[in-house]
Amino acid sequence: MATPAVPVSAPPATPTPVPAAAPASVPAPTPAPAAAPVPAAAPASSSDPAAAAAATAAPGQTPASAQAPAQTPAPALPGPALPGPFPGGRVVRLHPVILASIVDSYERRNEGAARVIGTLLGTVDKHSVEVTNCFSVPHNESEDEVAVDMEFAKNMYELHKKVSPNELILGWYATGHDITEHSVLIHEYYSREAPNPIHLTVDTSLQNGRMSIKAYVSTLMGVPGRTMGVMFTPLTVKYAYYDTERIGVDLIMKTCFSPNRVIGLSSDLQQVGGASARIQDALSTVLQYAEDVLVSADNTVGRFLMSLVNQVPKIVPDDFETMLNSNINDLLMVTYLANLTQSQIALNEKLVNL
Amino acid sequence: MASRKEGTGSTATSSSSTAGAAGKGKGKGGSGDSAVKQVQIDGLVVLKIIKHYQEEGQGTEVVQGVLLGLVVEDRLEITNCFPFPQHTEDDADFDEVQYQMEMMRSLRHVNIDHLHVGWYQSTYYGSFVTRALLDSQFSYQHAIEESVVLIYDPIKTAQGSLSLKAYRLTPKLMEVCKEKDFSPEALKKANITFEYMFEEVPIVIKNSHLINVLMWELEKKSAVADKHELLSLASSNHLGKNLQLLMDRVDEMSQDIVKYNTYMRNTSKQQQQKHQQENMQRQSRGEPPLPEEDLSKLFKPPQPPARMDSLLIAGQINTYCQNIKEFTAQNLGKLFMAQALQEYNN
Repeated sequence: MATPAVPVSAPPATPTPVPAAAPASVPAPTPAPAAAPVPAAAPASSSDPAAAAAATAAPGQTPASAQAPAQTPAPALPGPALPGPFPGGRVVRLHPVILASIVDSYERRNEGAARVIGTLLGTVDKHSVEVTNCFSVPHNESEDEVAVDMEFAKNMYELHKKVSPNELILGWYATGHDITEHSVLIHEYYSREAPNPIHLTVDTSLQNGRMSIKAYVSTLMGVPGRTMGVMFTPLTVKYAYYDTERIGVDLIMKTCFSPNRVIGLSSDLQQVGGASARIQDALSTVLQYAEDVLVSADNTVGRFLMSLVNQVPKIVPDDFETMLNSNINDLLMVTYLANLTQSQIALNEKLVNL
Repeated sequence: MASRKEGTGSTATSSSSTAGAAGKGKGKGGSGDSAVKQVQIDGLVVLKIIKHYQEEGQGTEVVQGVLLGLVVEDRLEITNCFPFPQHTEDDADFDEVQYQMEMMRSLRHVNIDHLHVGWYQSTYYGSFVTRALLDSQFSYQHAIEESVVLIYDPIKTAQGSLSLKAYRLTPKLMEVCKEKDFSPEALKKANITFEYMFEEVPIVIKNSHLINVLMWELEKKSAVADKHELLSLASSNHLGKNLQLLMDRVDEMSQDIVKYNTYMRNTSKQQQQKHQQENMQRQSRGEPPLPEEDLSKLFKPPQPPARMDSLLIAGQINTYCQNIKEFTAQNLGKLFMAQALQEYNN
């Protein structure tokens, strides 16, 4: 099902060198992205210095030579026009559930498949793109062709829409640490589904000992009027958590520490104990720091420490006693009532069954 | 209104689960001891449930979804899940079954376990012991021996620690539901008390190695501050809500008790009247016992009130009380810690 890649043409024919082309340290195989060719004007580029990965490349056409693996020579026909600059600025906010999903589908991949791909769903707003859901899409990849089951992708999207009607197709993900030629083709498919799709790579092969998570958006580059190619420009990836998600992730993270990767759910005072142990650890770190730094210390840190110590409110002991006692009395009363209710219904049960 | 939604949802899930289980034959044969001693959940499932509630559950009361996984010896492993759309229109019943079938078929293509092993539901302050839940869980457990229902409490989770519980119906309750006979005699025979309706199955969370790597990665990259919700002292709101719900339930319970008392009184009055009739008969011994037939017509025995509802209410009250006690225990601990800090200050 391989179709010839038709590059999408962007309105500005000449990539203009943007003054804020910040350096990027990306390993050689991945196309060294340059910030320049994005049609968006200053607002997009100003967020560039904040990007973790930015190109050292000189602005403009010189990175073209490094793009060889990612370029696909195109017939000199312009395809459908890219609708304007990348919507939502240049920050991608990921939820942890996406990454867990991707890793899980990577673990379940078919025999012989080197990587898995799937669709990303989420919402777009003014400043960022928030990815909240994803599903994997079966695909076949061989040396010279790529087949993606787009029917399946459409069906799944319909099903997902029934549950959360606000989610849009934002782009696609792939595991593996490289962007290959096939990626360009697949990106092609996805540009038909969504305007300016984003591409997420999760490095499950653990190159460099880290699982690197990167996001890209595709931009045009090349000599105008002649062969145009496609280049993947990196985006900032941030992690977004709901409160409850944060708590869930904290809990799940504990499996890293147990020998057979299994943890149980604690209850009652154990949780309070756990939380206070964490604070205790944090406090001991702070104490260690305070002891090590004797004279010349950072003023800001000193101020933070001061406010920390003053967090414990100074209350007149008697007042505190009364507050404490009344609170404890409340809680004891509620416990007593709860116990009373329970024995009451137990009694009722017995009476009824007579 | 939420109960009506649950009702339609549960009938649909029940029909689909029987259809789904027909081709899967995983029965463990024979009740008796429970087939599942432990539930093992993947981290992914936890995250998905949390996300589902967070995004879709703010307005309505419950969100539901299906759990997928497999059974290994006496452990139920839950490896994936998918959410159920909520009912916005009333004519969407057929969508449920179709949605479920399509979803499972699609998931099979990407090698995700497509075996139905249970369902999950969010709850509001712990009020999940309802007739609808019972029916749903019964149909699930009837079709698939080892299924569980996961109850996720988002409000308690937001307070600091994940609140996820797995429940199954006890074998005794299964028997009663199978008979569909909820009269007092049947319940008395089965000797079911409210404590033996649901049994809680311990949960463990397990992650694969690659997910552990991901967790480390996230830890390094995301600098989200640790939220110390759990140690916050300002929690009377939560307690107040819980008590409010408890009071409502207790009111319902007392109404139920009143109904039962009237029933008892009526039966005893009837007994007395019958007794009188017999006495009259004994006086007029010589006459043939004609009025005997009239007896049964004159005195229709009053209907015994349904016991199932009161059992459910009792179970719900029990759950509330457990929650409250757990909550107060935590709060007492926190108060004592605060006291220790103050003493040190002085």
